[in-house]
Amino acid sequence: MSNETISALAKFIAEKILKQPGKVISPDETLISSGLIDSFSLMDLALFIEDTFNVRIEDTELNADTFDNLNQLASLIASRK
Amino acid sequence: MTTLPNLLQRSYQEVPEKTSIILQHAGQPDKPLTYRDLIHGANRFALTYARAGIKPGEVIILIQQHGEDLIYSFWGAILHGAIPSIMPFLTEKLAPEKYRADLSSLISITKPTTIVTYPEFEAEVRSALVEGDSVRNVILANSIEADAEPNFETLQGFKSSPEDIAVLQHSSGTTGLQKGVALSHRAVFNQLDAYGKTIRLDPASDFIVSWLPLYHDMGFIACFLLPVLMRIPLVDMSPFDWVRAPYKLHQSVSQYKGTLTWLPNFAYNFCAHKIRERNLEGVNLSSWRAIINCSEPVHVESHDLFFEKFSAYGLKQSALQTCYAMAENVFAVTQSPLDGIPTVDEIDRETFMTQRLATPPIAGQPSMKMTSSGNPLPNTKIRIVDESFNDLPNRSVGEIAVQSDCMLTEYFNRPDATESAIKNGWYLTGDYGYMANGELYVSGRKKDLIIVGGKNVYPQDLESLTNEVPGVHAGRTVAFGMYDEEEGTEEVVIIAEADSTDPLEQEAIADAIRKHVTKSSAIALRHVKVVDDKWIIKTSSGKTARSANKEKFLKELS
Repeated sequence: MSNETISALAKFIAEKILKQPGKVISPDETLISSGLIDSFSLMDLALFIEDTFNVRIEDTELNADTFDNLNQLASLIASRK
Repeated sequence: MTTLPNLLQRSYQEVPEKTSIILQHAGQPDKPLTYRDLIHGANRFALTYARAGIKPGEVIILIQQHGEDLIYSFWGAILHGAIPSIMPFLTEKLAPEKYRADLSSLISITKPTTIVTYPEFEAEVRSALVEGDSVRNVILANSIEADAEPNFETLQGFKSSPEDIAVLQHSSGTTGLQKGVALSHRAVFNQLDAYGKTIRLDPASDFIVSWLPLYHDMGFIACFLLPVLMRIPLVDMSPFDWVRAPYKLHQSVSQYKGTLTWLPNFAYNFCAHKIRERNLEGVNLSSWRAIINCSEPVHVESHDLFFEKFSAYGLKQSALQTCYAMAENVFAVTQSPLDGIPTVDEIDRETFMTQRLATPPIAGQPSMKMTSSGNPLPNTKIRIVDESFNDLPNRSVGEIAVQSDCMLTEYFNRPDATESAIKNGWYLTGDYGYMANGELYVSGRKKDLIIVGGKNVYPQDLESLTNEVPGVHAGRTVAFGMYDEEEGTEEVVIIAEADSTDPLEQEAIADAIRKHVTKSSAIALRHVKVVDDKWIIKTSSGKTARSANKEKFLKELS
């Protein structure tokens, strides 16, 4: 389950946010503090998560303290299910 | 003619209980600040500045998060007669060493004696200081003088004269060459007076709602000085909260019957694409009388997207307006008349491109739509000039020159920059445009500047960052902006020649460029193309020809 979540997130981020469909994002690669995902794209990620996994990430949670890599994001999603 | 402290005092005496600013923070209840709160909070900082021995006329740099301390430390400097300048703080993604280098460079040019910041950021600020620089005080917002009744007899700001510099507004220049736009009390009031009349500002009914940062002229003047000085209530949310929950702007307009908002062009697209209906339940936008598009090139398609999305919630089409503004004129230069929708001028593309003339479209030929920025403010004159400073006729594209009674005094400590920007009393904007029927159409830029989501970046800075990446053929890089219709703003493209021709290695270099530029600049870089030797076009003098390389890039894409 977690692996599926991670690969779905990685695919979305590479294709829609980074616009580099072939890019491989490793599960422990930093996303926010590295600037890979900029603040303007955080909303897109939140909307994607809501539509795909049917869980809500609050706007106040969209920061590196809540999640900064795919592993952390996947656990956050799992904990909301 | 009055001064900023005088006007504050008057508001304190006449309307102490009136709400001036409603501060919003995500996850917290709204916090209203009255004029009494504002002046008491400011007085605490003014007393602190006096105790620290800061003299009127000295520059105080404010590096604070969105919130009360920023507001009070700013107005405290005004009450003390010091010159405040609000600077951005370090964001998550920016490399601290880059921030430090910029701050050190700013200090070396502007020579502030004081920096006000918050405790968590003190170490960062101190690390930018060097032996022998101008900074004598680092004041922390949590260790200031106790509250006391303001003594208008002893507060030093009351000795200021209208010609004195009231504030410094740092406009972005290339790295190491920041420019502090020095604005006098007189300039500020002349702008607020002229602009207030143009937009028919009414303290009895207007309510400004803003998420704009205060270190940018649009946020600083239109959504901070103007409301506080003109007694228009303001809802002020943090840009960091807005970007994560853009619907909060709409909810606040609905809740407070907001009438006025200023936005950069990309924000229209951002709101239209990213706000969900469930966040708009019960929202009523019919009070919004002007949403003014400013600080980025205006695209009428962005207005259309915004209107389509929000008309169901009572948004009036006539609310979508445009403005052309710059810190050097305090703020607005032109404003579209608020009683209609901005004029769209359809012109022939070929004539515009080849002859720099805006002529009517020809049937069967490609045309382009230009959105009017409106008419000059009553106190502001515009000329369109050629390279020898000769006036050009209507519908001819040239550089926009501005003259008014609200122009900058100077670029602070930068006589060289002041001299090259102001010619015979006219400020040369570096923007291209044309006039038609008394309205200004801004069509491009003389200077190599890319505006990304309202932030100015210089291609030469991005190119030198790219040159620092290992594997990049030094000096063989080019950066340019490309308009992205979906986002409603420009996106940066960087092309770099690599020593290696191996595709895998080139991809790794592209990634390294993305990372390095993102960490060291204001933008999040996406589009990087690493190419073989000799791809990049240089001029005969060896300079990089940005527009020729952009054309080549676009041709290869299509």
